[in-house]
Amino acid sequence: MGNVLENLNPDSFTKDTVFINSLENLINLTRANSVWPLTFGLACCAIEMMATGASKYDIDRFGSGPFRATPRQADLMIVAGTVTHKMAPRVKRLYDMMPEPKYVLAMGGCVIRGGPYVKYGYHVVKGVDLIVPVDVYVPGCPPRPEALLEGIFKIQKLMMREKIGDRARKSTKPEVYQPA
Amino acid sequence: MPPNQALSQEEIVQRIKDRFGNAVTGAGAHGGQSHVVVKREEIIPILTFLKNDRELQFDFLADVTIVDHLYLEVPDLPERFAVVYSLASMGCGHRFRVKAAVPESDPRLDSACALWKAALWGEREAHDMFGIEFTGNPDLRRLLMPADYNGFPLRKDYPLRGRGERESFQQYRRGAD
Repeated sequence: MGNVLENLNPDSFTKDTVFINSLENLINLTRANSVWPLTFGLACCAIEMMATGASKYDIDRFGSGPFRATPRQADLMIVAGTVTHKMAPRVKRLYDMMPEPKYVLAMGGCVIRGGPYVKYGYHVVKGVDLIVPVDVYVPGCPPRPEALLEGIFKIQKLMMREKIGDRARKSTKPEVYQPA
Repeated sequence: MPPNQALSQEEIVQRIKDRFGNAVTGAGAHGGQSHVVVKREEIIPILTFLKNDRELQFDFLADVTIVDHLYLEVPDLPERFAVVYSLASMGCGHRFRVKAAVPESDPRLDSACALWKAALWGEREAHDMFGIEFTGNPDLRRLLMPADYNGFPLRKDYPLRGRGERESFQQYRRGAD
C-alpha cells in the first residue's frame, strides 16, 4: 500500500479540496448564511414577513429561517409595521438587548418615513431611523416577499464586509426617547 | 306592558323627559336613533335611571365618545364638548344615546364606572384624546398615547403640522459618534 499521501496528486489536492481564505472571511460567511431575525411584527407588513417565512417564498433557502423569540439570540431586526410613539421605546429597548453585531432592516413605508401618517399622524414615529440605526430600507406598502428577500440579501452583503477587529461597532444612541 | 320589550326611540325620550324634565336641555335624532342632551350635573341620576328602570334596562354601555363642537354651531348644545354615552339593552333590544354638555373652561364630568365596568376604559380613552376629567374614575391614565405625551390629539384645535415631524428629531447613524 505505502503511504496514502504518495498516491495523491498534489495539484488536484489543493485545487479541489483545500480552500485557503482569511478567518475573517470564514466567520463572515457563516454569519451571513445564518441570519437569525427577531420575531417582531407591528402591523400589516408582518403578515408579508410571515409569507416570506412560509413555504411559498421560503426564507430558509437563504439560511435566514429561524425567527427568534428573544433578542438575545437574534442578529437582524426586521422592523415590520407602523412604529407608534408608544411602541418606540419598546423597539429601542429590543434593539439595545440584541448582541453585536446587529443589523436593522426597515420594512415598509411606515417604518421608513411614516407612510400614510407622514403628514398628520400624531401617533406615528416618522421613520424608525430616528430611534435605531437602519442598515437596509425596503420600500413598499407592504413590500412583496421578494422585496424582503432582496433586502435580506443586502444585509448578507453587509455582513460579508464585517471586520473582526471592529466587533463593537459604535452607534450613537439617544439618551432618553422623547415623543413629539 | 310586559317586560323585555323594545321601546321606540320616542317612548324612551318621553320617559326621560317625564322623570328629568328640568335636566333635559335638548333632544335630536340621527340615523334612526334619538338622543337627549342633559345637564352634566344630572348625568349620573339619568344614567342610573336608564340602567335600573324595569322597562328600559340599559344594561350595556357600548361606548363613551366625545364630540368637539369648536367649529360647530349646535343650538341645543352651546358648550364645546359633548360626552356621548351609547347605551344598549340586551334584554329589550333597544339602543339610545345620552349626551352631556361639558364646557371648555371646566372639562369635568362624573364617571359612570360605578354603573358599567365598560366605562373604565371608555372614559380613559375619552380622557386621553380630549382631556375630559372623569371624576370618580379610579384609574384615569392615558390609554392609547404614551404616558408623557403632551396634548390631546383629537381636539379640533390640536395642530395638524408643527409637532412630531421628522425634521424635529435627530437621526442616528451607525459610526457617527
